[in-house]
Formats: sequence, structure tokens, C-alpha cells
Amino acid sequence: MASDLKIRVWRGDSTGGHFEEYDLERVEGEVVLDVIHRLQATQTPDLACRWNCKAGKCGSCSAEINGRPALMCMTRVEELPKDLITVTPMRTFPIIRDLVTDVSFNYEMAKQVPAFNPSPEPEGGYRMQQVDVARGQEFRKCIECFLCQDVCHVIRDHDEHKAHYAGPRFFIRYAELEMHPLDTNDRRELLRQKMGLGLCNITKCCTEVCPEHIKITDNAIIPLKERVVGASYDPVAWVGRVVLRRKKRTPDEAAVQPAP
Amino acid sequence: MAIHETSHSEYDVIVVGAGGAGLRAAVESTRRGLRTLIVTKSLLGKAHTVMAEGGVAAAMGNVYEEDNWKVHFRDTMRGGKMLNNYRMAELHAQEAPDRVRELEAWGALFDRTPDGRILQRDFGGHRYARLAHVGDRTGLELIRTLQQKVVSMGVDVVMECKVLEILTDADGKVAGCVGYMRPSGEFVTFSAPSVILATGGVGKAWKYTSNSWESTGDGHALALWAGAELIDMECIQFHPTGMVWPLSVRGLLVTEGVRGDGGVLRNSTGERFMFNYVADMFRAETADSEEEADKWYDDHSAGRRPPELLPRDEVARAINTEVKAGRGTPHGGVYLDIASRRSAEFIKRRLPSMYHQFMELAGVDITTEPMEIGPTCHYIMGGVRVEADTAATKVPGLFAAGEVAGGMHGSNRLGGNSLSDLLVFGRRAGMAASDYVEGGATASPLDAARVDKVIDEAIAPLLREGGESPYDIHRDLQEMMQANVGIIRTGSELEAARNALDEFAERVARVAVKGGRAYNPGWNLATDLPSMLTVSRCTTLGAINRTESRGGHTREDYPTPDAEMGKVNFVHSQPSGGGYREEIKTVPEPILEMTAELKTLFEEAK
Repeated sequence: MASDLKIRVWRGDSTGGHFEEYDLERVEGEVVLDVIHRLQATQTPDLACRWNCKAGKCGSCSAEINGRPALMCMTRVEELPKDLITVTPMRTFPIIRDLVTDVSFNYEMAKQVPAFNPSPEPEGGYRMQQVDVARGQEFRKCIECFLCQDVCHVIRDHDEHKAHYAGPRFFIRYAELEMHPLDTNDRRELLRQKMGLGLCNITKCCTEVCPEHIKITDNAIIPLKERVVGASYDPVAWVGRVVLRRKKRTPDEAAVQPAP
Repeated sequence: MAIHETSHSEYDVIVVGAGGAGLRAAVESTRRGLRTLIVTKSLLGKAHTVMAEGGVAAAMGNVYEEDNWKVHFRDTMRGGKMLNNYRMAELHAQEAPDRVRELEAWGALFDRTPDGRILQRDFGGHRYARLAHVGDRTGLELIRTLQQKVVSMGVDVVMECKVLEILTDADGKVAGCVGYMRPSGEFVTFSAPSVILATGGVGKAWKYTSNSWESTGDGHALALWAGAELIDMECIQFHPTGMVWPLSVRGLLVTEGVRGDGGVLRNSTGERFMFNYVADMFRAETADSEEEADKWYDDHSAGRRPPELLPRDEVARAINTEVKAGRGTPHGGVYLDIASRRSAEFIKRRLPSMYHQFMELAGVDITTEPMEIGPTCHYIMGGVRVEADTAATKVPGLFAAGEVAGGMHGSNRLGGNSLSDLLVFGRRAGMAASDYVEGGATASPLDAARVDKVIDEAIAPLLREGGESPYDIHRDLQEMMQANVGIIRTGSELEAARNALDEFAERVARVAVKGGRAYNPGWNLATDLPSMLTVSRCTTLGAINRTESRGGHTREDYPTPDAEMGKVNFVHSQPSGGGYREEIKTVPEPILEMTAELKTLFEEAK
């Protein structure tokens, strides 16, 4: 058997780890996840990696391939440099084992999103135009691979920001709800005060790694920033607050809480 | 006193599985105020439901006003070759429209009609355009909507946890379950008077499959071992259009929407061969020339349906026959061609994720070249025998919904009926489990000795020296099942499979795994083998007994349907104790007799 494929995989757990190098035969048409599976079946049965659909639809097999955040199932081996492939776990999240990281930060952030709260359903059902749902549909393509979270420099090397930063994945979720034709909730103050929207300085790294090609920065984050600014720093509202001594609303006051 | 240490918690309702059915069930029991736990083998939101592309079938009548539940019911029964549990098909057709509208109220964004209602598309076997959809990523929309709903309700979710056994008490009632956390390898027990199985399918026992590693038939096996019955396990759907080439996309499904939007099947001679495979049952409503078929796409009253849109089993068999006759592609499939029939702009708009997926994964541009496709193991119609109205199994407190449940789809499922099945019966399972708990059911204390035994068996492969690798056993099992219990079956091969499965049981008993318990995929696979083996045995036994061809079950030695066989389900049980090595009893039992009123629907259609 000719060993003409070299792959270096990070092995270890929360206590530390190292790179291990493997030699395999190159097989035409494979993606990186195929190679990892082949390693498991032939050389290292306990190599940990997460995966489900192997079709770019579930967002489970996120990793960093030659330093670039990507889905292993969507990265074709023949498109990578010939000499060596390096696969490491996502750096922004704590390691569980090998290529598997603890992504619970994202599930915690999901819990903090004030729920969708539609206007009452009219007789004959809701009506929405395609053009109005299309904006939200772009964000709902998200497969929650968390590569955008992984690449985002606000939290990538700054764990301390995780407590007050929702990250690109959830900015598109907020944008989707804000732009939903039926939603009645207001999440703008929450975004400004607690979700760290201001920390994003639109470097567009998230957009670049998104496997669904969602224009995260242009279509979600920037419009959200504009809406938040509109709500928070509108000069007319400012005059109103000063003259009428109205306090600025807290996120909780601003949001219409949905019925449980 | 237990030997092994486990962490333990108590609930009213435990839902095993976080796909569409599990999440929908959890919404229901949580809404009723019951302490609900969702246990899932993967992360939340990754379930196989995301793979569903085409849509949710529901007779809403938004595109064709003539559509109604009776037509949907009739399509479903005929698609299933009348083997369906008619009551399930009836409830499904009646309730699906409300389940879709409800998703919209929870935030789903379906594609719209010009007047702002939910748009519906055509699909194989459905008389009218009936599938509510979001481009070709409807499953993702469904799972995300339900996931967000469940999160907003504050439901407890335990992720990456494999359930090893449903525990019952001395009276045979559900008491809870035992499993392990995949990240840590720590064992866990949960007590609850009711468990809802929503574990999905079994595809991983076959070689060519669209299913992920999770689809190992856990729920089927857990139910059987706990004393419930399985039916119709021989009825497996091979999706006609799975990619066979390139390798990186092998097994990936091409949505039926491609055919609904004008895609046609051609063999290596370029012939549009489906016209040669129209069964008598469908002749009246299927076009008999290319001219007529092509008129249909724009106006359904201008011509009859193209034969490419026959039910899945018909199309899969036709492709199989073409390939066997030597008219296949170099990689053993046929061509699915939409490139020569529709503009690139049309294809990109109607099938965005198909286009994107093939472009990125395989470098195949579906707007300029045909796809190489062939039948791929996709879905099991058979499953846990349940009561139609309640999703209740024979075991008190045990319910099953979604793909793991049997009966709804008969011998063959129509595309789009799976997502609606999840919603309709997920909700019903949640309601029935809640009724059961509110009716005073309580969980008996877990049998500590039993828990220890389950854990002992689970860790045995880690302690064994010099046994066989789980990957080797799995690969051999997949090849054996594909070869002997695949799309076309015959008596001698099925007998060979039965014998081979006895040997596999011995091999599984000797499996050995390297490494520890924390996130060890080899060990995880070893603990999935018993359930794969159990479902493989049931499928083989069902296929041996069903000496006819019907829907997703084709016997070369009995090539036609047999009216007598159409009146029975083959029911599997383990009366002398549950386990992958224990005996399975298979008996025919009469199917549920349809009411006279519903029968008239089929007479009218004639």
C-alpha cells in the first residue's frame, strides 16, 4: 500500500495534548472527514471527532484545517496542499477530547435570546410576502457549526468576553427576529447592553468562514448596529429623555416578554 | 446496593431522541407542566431531521384548493400499498395542516404564495402540490423552529448521551432508563413513569445509506428488549436518487424536488426510461409520452404526471432494473438530468442548497451536467407497534413516534410524509405520555442489579483483550445486509443472512475496544452494535416471512403482491427476554380493518 497522504491530528484532552502524524493511502474524491473515519477504522479507533450528516447540513464536524476554521465534511482533500494536512480542534472552545470541543457556550447564549413573540393570528392565518420572509430565511440557513464563533477575535483569545458577547451566530438570530414580519419583541437594548453588539468591529471573519455563505456582517450585524443606534442615540429621543426626564429603558423593560 | 456509580435524576417524561418527533413531544408534555427531559445522542439541533429537504406534506389547499385530507389520506394509503395502519394515516392527513400552521406561529419562515400564504410544492405520489417548504432545507427549518421553541420553554436537555436500556419494573411498566454520557463516559440513570422513543431510523446497518452514524436502530431495539413489538421491519425505503459518484457525496440524497421541478432520469443510452415502468395501479394518472409529461409541470390539468414522480419504491426498482440490464453509468447508477431541461437561474433559485452542496463537495455543477444517482437506504417504514391515537406501545408508559414507530407509512412512505408524521405523532405521543402521568402513574425504583448488569455489558469491550474491532464487525455487517437484505431480495440469500446474523451475534459478544470511556468513538460504536444487530435480525425475519413484493420489500422469487399477504403485518417480539442474542418470535397478525366510510374513498377513485 502506498502511503502518499500525510495527516497531522491534534490528540489530547483538557489537560494537554500533542500532534500525532499518520500516513495513509490517498483515495480519490475524499473529504477530510473521510480521512478521519479511515483513521478510526484502521489506525486509531479512539480518535474523537463529532459528525452527523457528512453533507454540510448539520454543522457537527467543525475543526480547523491547516489553521482555517472549516467543516471537515466540506473540505476536499484534493484542494489542500499536497505535503501535509493539519487538523486541530476549534480554538475558541474548551477541549473535551481530540477534535471535540465543549460548545456549551453557544447553547447558553441561545437560552438568553428572548423568544419569538408573534402578533395574534388573524382570521384565515398569517400572511407574509416572500420578499419579507427572504431576509430572515437567509439567517435561518445557519447550521450552527459555530465556526463564526470560533473565528471571532472578540472571544477567540478573550475568554473574559464570553460572559457578555453573543457572537456572530446569535447576532444573526437576533437579526432574524428583529426582521421577522410577525415578531413584536424588542431586543435592541438587550443587544446593546448585554450581548456586546458594540464589541464587533466588523472585520468580517465570520462571513468568510460561514459554510452557508450567510452575509453575517453586511446583512445582520451592520443593520442591527444601525437599529440599536437608532433606538439608543436618536437625537429626538435624547431630547425627549432630557426634557421629559424619562429614563432610558433597560433591556428587560424594552423587551416584550412572550407568554410562556 | 449498586456496584457502579451513576448520577441519577427524576422526571415525569423522558424523551429519547431530539429530532422532529422528540422535540415536538417535549413541547407537549412541557406545556402540560410536566418535568420533561430530552436525551439525545448528539448535540441539540443536529438530528437527522435536518437532512429532509423537500417539505412537510399537509393538505392545506393553498395552491390547489381541491386538496383536502381525504385525498392526502388516499395518496398515503396507496403509496403504502394499503399495508398502513389506516387510523394513523387518517389522523396524519387530518392534523398535518394544523401542525404546519403552528410551526409558523413559533417562528418558522416557509416560502410564500403570491398572496402571502404558505407555498406548497409537488412531490412523488401526492396528487396535488402539497409540501410546505423552505427552498430545499425544510428539515433544518423544522428542527430549528422546534429547538428554539423547546429552549424558550426551558426544557432540560441532556446532550451526547446514549441510552442503553429502558428499565421496567416487576409489572413490566416503564421505570426509567440507563445510559452513558459520551463526553465523559460517565453512566447515568433517569427515573420516569413514561418514556417516549423518538430515535429515528436504522440505516447504519446497510452499506449505501443516507443515514448518519446515529441511525443505528436504538429505539427499535430498546422497545423490543423492553417487551414491545415491532412490525413491518422488512419494509425499508431505498431512496431512488442517492449520489453514487463522486465518493465525497456517495449516499447523499438528491431531493425529489429535482424531479418535481422538471428533472428526468436517463440511462446510459440517453433514454428517458421511466415510461417503461408504469405499473397498472398508476397508469390512469401517469403520462404516457414525453410531450404530455412535459406539459404537466406548468399546468397540472394540461397533462398527466410524469413517470419520474411515481412513488419512491417504483422509481428505485426501475433504476435497479436498468443498471442490472447493463444500461447504467460507469459507477453503477443512472443519470438524473435537470441541466438540459431548466435554466441555470431557475435551478439555483428552486434548488439552492442542492446546487451549493454539489458544487462545493464534489465540484459537480448541476446546472450544466447530469448527476449520477442510484437507490440508497433511506428510511424504515417498519418500527415499534403503536396505538394510532396515543403512540402507546404494549409496554405501559412506553411510547414511540416518528421513524421509530411503524404502521403509518405501510410498506412505502411518500416523500414529505415523514416531517408531517413527526409533528402529528410527536405531539400525540407527548399528549398521551402526559395523560398517562397525570392519570397517576409513578415510577418504581430502578432495579439496581439490572442497572449493574447493563453497565457491565457496556464496559466489557473495554476490558476484553484481543477481541475483534467494532469497526470491522460493523463494516462486515453493512456489506452482508446490503448484499443479502438490500433492495431486491430472494429466499436463499435471506436464509444466508439469517445464519450470518447468528455468527455476527457471536462476534459482537467478543468485540474489544482500545482506549478509555471519554469520547471514544470505537466504544460508542461497540455499544451501538447490539441494536443494529437486533434490527437486522427483525428485517431479515420479516423479509423471509413476507413471500411477496410490496412497496419497500421486493422479493425476486415472489415478484408480485399477494392479496393475502397484504392483510397481515409481521410482528416481532421477544417473549422469553430481551437482548440482541435472545430469540425473536415473528408471527403474522391481521392489519387494522378500515372503516366502511373510508373504504368508499378508494371506490370513488376507481
